[in-house]
Amino acid sequence: MSGRLRRGAPALALALALLGAWELYADLSGLESAVLPAPHEVAAALWDSGGLLWRNFAVTAEEVALGLTLALAGGLGLAVLIHLSPLARRAIYPLAVGSQAVPIPVIGVLLVFWWGFGILPKLVVIALICFFPVLVTTVDGLGAVDPNQLKLLRTLDASRWQAFRLAELPAALPAALSGARIALTIGVIGAFIAEVATPTTGPYPGLGRQIMTDINFQTARAYAGTAILFAFALACFGGLGLAERRLTPWSTQPRGDTP
Amino acid sequence: MRIELERPPSRPAILPGRPAVELERAGRVFAGERAPVVALEELTLSVAAGELLALVGPSGAGKTTLLELICGLQQPDSGRIRSAPAALMPQHDLLLPWMDASENAALALRIAGIPRTEARRRAGALFGALGLEGFQRARPRELSGGMRQRVAFLRTLLSGKPVLCLDEPFGALDAITRAEMQEWLAGALTAEPRTVILVTHDVEEAILLADRVAVLSPRPGRLVAELEIAIPRPRRRTERELQELREQVLELLRAGAR
Repeated sequence: MSGRLRRGAPALALALALLGAWELYADLSGLESAVLPAPHEVAAALWDSGGLLWRNFAVTAEEVALGLTLALAGGLGLAVLIHLSPLARRAIYPLAVGSQAVPIPVIGVLLVFWWGFGILPKLVVIALICFFPVLVTTVDGLGAVDPNQLKLLRTLDASRWQAFRLAELPAALPAALSGARIALTIGVIGAFIAEVATPTTGPYPGLGRQIMTDINFQTARAYAGTAILFAFALACFGGLGLAERRLTPWSTQPRGDTP
Repeated sequence: MRIELERPPSRPAILPGRPAVELERAGRVFAGERAPVVALEELTLSVAAGELLALVGPSGAGKTTLLELICGLQQPDSGRIRSAPAALMPQHDLLLPWMDASENAALALRIAGIPRTEARRRAGALFGALGLEGFQRARPRELSGGMRQRVAFLRTLLSGKPVLCLDEPFGALDAITRAEMQEWLAGALTAEPRTVILVTHDVEEAILLADRVAVLSPRPGRLVAELEIAIPRPRRRTERELQELREQVLELLRAGAR
């Protein structure tokens, strides 16, 4: 435990220093707290509105979890298709790249028109934002397998499918997991964008929409919500780091440290 | 060493009386940047069943190409090649890093449809014979170079194919390990005869192990000479006869390069 503490110490020290600077700046600059709330005000808002923020967070966390599942399945599935079929590569890849340039608000209304005010349009938005890093890293990973290894499998009479399962797929796993980590991290901001772009009915619209409401009248609470998203992204990233160690114990690729 | 091999019934065994491998004026040409590169030219060669043929030649003599032709990974551009089913042990061990040693050795069994646990058990049971006992679960990167080569050799052997094509199997090893592995291979093949085509840079290794040595010229690879090695086994690298043959082969290599 002390080792983990020591590893976390630099980040903690930096965070405290930044918070201190922020506190000082908020006090000395003369900015109103509606424009820039001081950290202690944010902390107070977090404490006072904990219940409201927590329920909204639960909505957002569900969106992130399901949206990312969709993104991973889509990214991996398309990557395999693109890898196995040159035709699919030529057909799908350009569209996938182009899809990343589509401003979400443009399609948000359309998605709501199709699927209503529920969770589905949000999942689609998150998946659209997050599938791409998974797709690209997995396609590269599948293509990077040593051709001599494939040759060897051929001399052992492996079928195309066996070569894929025994060599290409495990070879691509570390890269795919790196893509998944990027997807996880942007998944949180993806959920924010999704909530803002597609309206919701229901008592708790999610943290993103809550923040957008609060930013005008309850600035400190908007910041408190942001702090929760910040911590959530960190937790997701760290969680997948652990999963990576379990799934690809052979990998010698440098990994980001678990934050 | 005693290694029981299940040969899939679809595989024809070596036909008695016919060579295991036959090349008839086989040629292979690659598209080069400016001009086509002739890797092999009119190569005629045959290997009897149970024979160990060593192929020596300078880099670029098309030795690896020749093995890939025999294993069916490439097709000749001219001439004919006929071979009993052949398994390749590539220059680098190419063990799969996500599998442990016994799974790597069992690769051919897995491919033949034997379930993972069973394949692993069968391969793992042979580890003792190769001096690998206790390393069944080790990952390739935890093994020394010599151990990795032995796992790769076992993987080749377990393919059940009658012809083994070994492409500089000990080239990447240090001198002491290489000497150990050569002795080990000689012993293993005495106990478990196979038709072997051994590609090597190392003339001494060729003479130490082979029944016959074929000398190739630099690109385009042509057959310069074939020498029967009649020295009785077990052979010692210090024997005078072996040293004389070594000089003779080196001289042939020099002559071929001219």
